[in-house]
Amino acid sequence: MNIVVLVKQVPDTGAERTLSQTDHTLDREDADLVLDEINERAAEAALILKETTDAHITVVSMGPDSAREAIRKVLAMGADRGIHICDDRLRGADVLTTAKVLAAAVRTVEDVDLVLAGNTTTDGQASAVPAIVAELLGLPQLTHVRQLTVDAGQVSAERETDNGEATLQAPLPALVSITEKINEPRYPSFKGIMAAKKKPVHTPDLDDLFPDADDSGLLVTRTRVVEAVPRPPRAAGIRITDDGSAGRHLVEYLIARKLV
Amino acid sequence: MPDVLVLVDHDGEHVYKSTYELLAAARRLGDPAAVVVGTPGTAGRFKESLARHGATSVYAAESGEAGEFLATPTVDALELAVRDASPAAVLVCATTDGREAAGRLAARLDAGLLIDAVDLDSSGVVTQIVFGGSYTVRSEVTHGTPVLALRPGAVEPEEHPVTAVERTLALPSVDPAASARITARRTGLAGDRPALNEATVVVSGGRGVGGAQGFEVVEELADALGGAVGASRAAVDAGYYPHQFQVGQTGKSVSPQLYIALGISGAIQHLAGMQTSKTIVAVNKDPEAPIFGLADCGVVGDLFAVAPQLTEGVAARRAVR
Ligand SMILES: Cc1cc2nc3c(=O)[nH]c(=O)nc-3n(C[C@H](O)[C@H](O)[C@H](O)COP(=O)(O)OP(=O)(O)OC[C@H]3O[C@@H](n4cnc5c(N)ncnc54)[C@H](O)[C@@H]3O)c2cc1C
Ligand SMILES: Nc1ncnc2c1ncn2[C@@H]1O[C@H](COP(=O)(O)O)[C@@H](O)[C@H]1O
Repeated sequence: MNIVVLVKQVPDTGAERTLSQTDHTLDREDADLVLDEINERAAEAALILKETTDAHITVVSMGPDSAREAIRKVLAMGADRGIHICDDRLRGADVLTTAKVLAAAVRTVEDVDLVLAGNTTTDGQASAVPAIVAELLGLPQLTHVRQLTVDAGQVSAERETDNGEATLQAPLPALVSITEKINEPRYPSFKGIMAAKKKPVHTPDLDDLFPDADDSGLLVTRTRVVEAVPRPPRAAGIRITDDGSAGRHLVEYLIARKLV
Repeated sequence: MPDVLVLVDHDGEHVYKSTYELLAAARRLGDPAAVVVGTPGTAGRFKESLARHGATSVYAAESGEAGEFLATPTVDALELAVRDASPAAVLVCATTDGREAAGRLAARLDAGLLIDAVDLDSSGVVTQIVFGGSYTVRSEVTHGTPVLALRPGAVEPEEHPVTAVERTLALPSVDPAASARITARRTGLAGDRPALNEATVVVSGGRGVGGAQGFEVVEELADALGGAVGASRAAVDAGYYPHQFQVGQTGKSVSPQLYIALGISGAIQHLAGMQTSKTIVAVNKDPEAPIFGLADCGVVGDLFAVAPQLTEGVAARRAVR
């Protein structure tokens, strides 16, 4: 079985994030970059399948030079090879362009059975890239799943969203996005880290991925930021220390603000 | 005036309030045209209430299969409606399903996509709050038919009665090799409570609630206020409350009139999902808890003493009126 895992490197969410003053893109310079936590779990889901079937796992990431670290981490966890799409022209790429590039990269892998992704990233929070990749590749989308079974050419999955839960079924090849509830990712072993150094990471040329793009090149974004303003931090309001009557004070507070 | 397509969010029986919010926003740009995807008869049931909220046309995209496959019937319907109406924009709710449908539609149209907007002006400029509330960004689509996903609760619904024309869209049959089949469905466990992203009041519990049983205190306060129940990730991870109620960066983003945090420390990832709430109240034993840094009213105390007293006071107040 051939599995492709889509992973993204994101700023550590514990740290403060800022937008660059010049082009309103995420300021990555002083951010601490890590492999997205949910993507670690997507990688784990692939590795679990590799334990029971003889799967070959390709990790794909689109991002700056540093994204190679994220790929290396998944290779150290046990994936077989990487594809890193890195091109200055992709700076500030929108959700659609990101999905187009990822879909094109997946197409370079032969006989893909399963594409695995996270259901959302902790930085962009579009939660749309996997669905768009499925659209572009013509694959069934089984997204936001917290449980996954692959058997006899069929995928079944438990989807969990704000709409409730659903059981999904589709034939392979298919695209699956997983939620943070699916598993606990393994830590790379020392042996894994050493082995990862020798695993191949391909860096396809953007122009080879899109041979038909016209002279104006690839459309990077279809939207424009008109204005970006930092929001003033919320100020703390009043503070009560409970002396046995704080609940009653709160009732007064809510009444005064017409909230009850 | 150009048409503005609105994807109707519904459960087969009822139109969700968020749809009326979209219709109100759509009127800023043109004539709202509602797109109903469902089993035969659904659009007919919804027509009157959609027209009451300003829909000048209602597209019926109906088939027996429509509810049996994930995403593709909705995207097919929207694509057909776009070809028919050449709209100024397409509006969907920024729910999980809505974001995915919007993304796939934008791919088919090669069009600009803006997700999780909290406002939309008459020139089509969209406001988004990014990075967990640290920036307000205003953006516009520069290529193709704008596909805009609006955060539920962000825009006030308005009644604006008009007469709606019904139009039919012939959905193509679903390709089972390119779509996932939905073989079973279990809808939300919220019971009689409002949905998290529709509620005007949200009462959330954190690890401080101490257990599944402790959540009764949270639920009782939510019920007294007619609100929804939320939970921090620590509470969800510990199994106190189901995942679908998680508020925060990897859960839901909510902007209610009133957000009450009980036993929640206020980690940055939790704040990401609730700091755009109008009024924030926090109860926490620890006076150093970061949640107090942004609470409009912070109570240092035991939630098991404060919350029941508040519940009682609110219930008494409701009884008098
Ligand atoms: C990538 C990533 C994504 C994340 N996404 C989310 C997310 O979406 N949502 C989210 O919530 N978190 C998220 N987190 C986790 C987040 O960092 C915190 O761990 C979590 O929010 C803590 O939950 P808590 O406040 O309930 O628990 P704690 O931090 O343990 O706080 C419990 C609080 O309860 C108080 N307390 C205890 N007993 C009582 C009592 N009897 N009365 C009053 N107060 C009491 C304590 O003083 C303490 O402040 C994420 C983390 C990461 C790394
Ligand atoms: N630049 C990228 N490179 C690789 N995978 C990505 C990238 N952006 C998004 N993804 C995948 O899409 C998922 C959801 O991302 P998003 O739709 O941006 O919230 C992520 O968890 C990844 O699996």
